Amino acid sequence: MNKPIRVVSVFCLLLFLALLVNATYLMYVRADGLSDDPRNRRIITATFSRERGAILVGKEAIARSVPSNDKYKFQRTYSEPFKYAPITGYFSWFSQTGVERSQNSVLAGDDSRLFVTRLVDLLSNSDPKGGNVQLTIDRAAQDAAWNGLEALPGDAQGAVVALEPTTGRVLAMASTPTFDPNGFASHDFSAVDALGKKLNADEREPLINRAIGTTLPPGSTFKLVTAAAAIESGNYDADSMVPGGYRFQLPQSETTIGNYDDGNCGGRRITLTQALQVSCNVTFLTLANELGNDAMAEQAEKFGFNDTSLEDLGGQAKSLYPRDMDAPQTAMSGIGQSSVTATPLQMAMVAAAIANDGDVMRPYVVDEVRAPNLSVLDRTDPQSISKAISSTTADELTKMLVATVADGTAAPAQIPGVEVAGKTGTAQSSGDRPPYAWFVSFAPANDPQVAVAVLVQSSDTSPDEIGGGVLGGPIAKSIMEAVIAP
Amino acid sequence: MSQTGPLMGFVHRRRRGAELFLLVLALAVGIGAYAAVGLGVEGAVPADMVGYGGWLTGLIIAAHITVRVVAPYADPVLLPLVAALNGLGLAVIHRLDLTYEAMGQDQHTFARQQLIWMTLGVVLFVTTLLLLRDHRVLQRLTYTAGLAGILLLVLPFLPVIGRNINGARIWINLAGFSFQPGEVAKVLLVIAFSGYLVLHRDALALAGRRVVFIDLPRGRDLGPILAMFGVSMMILVLQNDLGSSLLFFGLFLAMLYVATERPGWLVVGGLMFGAGALAAYTFVGNVQNRFNFWLHPLDYYDASPGSYQLVEALFGQGWGGLIGRGLGNGFPERVPFAYSDFIISTIGEELGLTAVMAIIVCYGLIVERALRIALISRDGFGKLMAVGLGSIVALQVFVVIGGVTGLIPLTGLTTPFLSYGGSSLVANWVIIALLLRISDQARRPAPRLEPADDTSDDSESTQVVKLR
Repeated sequence: MNKPIRVVSVFCLLLFLALLVNATYLMYVRADGLSDDPRNRRIITATFSRERGAILVGKEAIARSVPSNDKYKFQRTYSEPFKYAPITGYFSWFSQTGVERSQNSVLAGDDSRLFVTRLVDLLSNSDPKGGNVQLTIDRAAQDAAWNGLEALPGDAQGAVVALEPTTGRVLAMASTPTFDPNGFASHDFSAVDALGKKLNADEREPLINRAIGTTLPPGSTFKLVTAAAAIESGNYDADSMVPGGYRFQLPQSETTIGNYDDGNCGGRRITLTQALQVSCNVTFLTLANELGNDAMAEQAEKFGFNDTSLEDLGGQAKSLYPRDMDAPQTAMSGIGQSSVTATPLQMAMVAAAIANDGDVMRPYVVDEVRAPNLSVLDRTDPQSISKAISSTTADELTKMLVATVADGTAAPAQIPGVEVAGKTGTAQSSGDRPPYAWFVSFAPANDPQVAVAVLVQSSDTSPDEIGGGVLGGPIAKSIMEAVIAP
Repeated sequence: MSQTGPLMGFVHRRRRGAELFLLVLALAVGIGAYAAVGLGVEGAVPADMVGYGGWLTGLIIAAHITVRVVAPYADPVLLPLVAALNGLGLAVIHRLDLTYEAMGQDQHTFARQQLIWMTLGVVLFVTTLLLLRDHRVLQRLTYTAGLAGILLLVLPFLPVIGRNINGARIWINLAGFSFQPGEVAKVLLVIAFSGYLVLHRDALALAGRRVVFIDLPRGRDLGPILAMFGVSMMILVLQNDLGSSLLFFGLFLAMLYVATERPGWLVVGGLMFGAGALAAYTFVGNVQNRFNFWLHPLDYYDASPGSYQLVEALFGQGWGGLIGRGLGNGFPERVPFAYSDFIISTIGEELGLTAVMAIIVCYGLIVERALRIALISRDGFGKLMAVGLGSIVALQVFVVIGGVTGLIPLTGLTTPFLSYGGSSLVANWVIIALLLRISDQARRPAPRLEPADDTSDDSESTQVVKLR
């Protein structure tokens, strides 16, 4: 009977070898994949219990973990919760948003760039710590943005984005109404769950970062794109004579569209500069109609429409310029109506591109990633994503925008002693949402340091006040002042 | 069997000193793990460290002394392996108890109960070795054991005492104690198979016809295999217990093959079990589910019934990685039944791949020792019993660890010596006692032949055998 016993032995050996190989496969090879599964609560809880890295603005931490006396050991706290909520997002046991999510691997200490730190922690038997994230945000600009939005009357909803034109650094990003991320970081998970449900049900949508997540027709601010397309076509410059007048009849249609104040923009033939100064609808409807859908779409896409550009912050909605609009829609798109939609970030990028000689820079909020010992692991390099317009076109547009601020609709953004370029936007809104207004600007015009886009939605304000840049202008002005002033 | 070769002159040493040394190592594992649990979970060495360590040491020393006295030639490696596994299991169950207590669960004294069961197991181990001085006595009980084994398997179906726990009807409840009679039945069935096969092996082995290199058995000899197949299928379908079914049938096939030396039986048996399993897959929804959960565990995480338990176990083991999170630093309580069927996932999570591999190797060594005992045993009955007992451990370990690590579909079986479970623990201690008894017989020096009377002429035909 010994021969079959030997066979059985070999068979048993194979069984045990299979167990050994499979255990190795599961716990070594497959382990990473299992760790990445979003349902893996072990990873979440472990991450939650770790000393998470700080999120820094300037030298101050706006989000950091402090020791707590319960089983999770650390409590995430946000020092200025509402002001920075759209950027930091929240960090809860269930999920993360904002920078907390996009930089999660660094903050949690899992990032491969932190390998050496992890190794040292392992050898010295100390608890692993997360790395720090330095934001591009300028504290003064952010304060100005937040205070401006806070000061808006009534139930106003608004969003602000400020960019550094030459690099794409996001200097300020604010959105109201917003939320308190401290509530989400609570260790009382049922309260967190209830808070999440309540905020999700809130019709004012406080969880949305309007600066990048809300798309609305950009209204008259889109005339910058139309003007850019017109000048790029080679047929126009700032002083070209363009049609003005009272009304424009849409192609293939009986409908005519007038100007905002039912005026005639100052004559039947006016300069392009004057058209922009008075935000003449007739002129830009005519130009868009003449340029056509393809040329307009091409120009819009060069500025970043139909794409997303922000890579280190989630939740960016795509600004749209549809490529299949018919003639009347295309004409309407020239004044930022019909199917054209944009986020405040997109409009800030348009302003920044004009300020930066036509180069569209990729916007970013994460400046540096640092190890727990503060050594710099990585720094974001500015990156050009497209050449939207030539530098001569940019110069022409800048001239026109300076005139618009100095002696036009965008006057509320004037800063004494500084040349400011800017444009208002008005939107006749449909009945189901409050009227809203845009304001885009950059300054100083000769050496731009900041480009701003402001969006205000409010039902409490008359269209007149909105239209005149009364609400958005001062906010943009205070942000520009904050950046320019040393 | 001629006893003239040089090999037969070889005399096994007792090696009891080696066993004692290994037992000290095993106790260090068990008691050390208990201390590590205290340090890891509560930050201090447990208060009852001395009492617990003393009790465990007392049990192991009692087992060792018994072996030393009544089975001095027994294999020296088996007892230490078992002691280490049992000690580690106790510590891990204790670690889970602490968490269950902190979570406010009613049941958090599994380790205490397991220690009581271990005590009973060691008592039965000692009793078996004391009472059973020669395993061949068991051959007389062939049919009694077989009948008792079948009866035990049927017990859970009886109306009053039978219990259906977690979908498997394999429990009985007597005077407040739950018991899995199947665990005892497997030992009895090994005895019955050995007795039966050692008598009928010639008939089963010699008759038959040859089909392409393989000798297929005669139809009329298929009786026993059909009976055993029926029993396995009954367990599968009626008790909803895929693991036990596979265990019993696999055990029987292995013993049949060893007894007859004919691979044909393996072919016939394998085909039959394959057909049975296919039929079960087609007609029994539970089996189909198990199969799907195995192939795509992550897809059924939220389903009900779903693979939540398996996926949590996989998550835990993946998180444990090479060296584990450390006792008390993981979340093994997320896996339902982490203290019984899924104890390997607990160990994988907190002690890592290293510990899991060490445990698999320990089981491999137990099986290896059992098969070695079978090889050197001098009688067919002993050989078959050793093969059977070894196969039980091998199959059970493969089925349960393979299931928990996702190698094969999950089936409910306990991990020998590690898992919480009284019936299993007691039965496994008896298995080790039987293996030690057989090995003592096998390793004992061959009877010395002495002439009874120097002057007698008929010393050629009559010899007095004296046992040393």
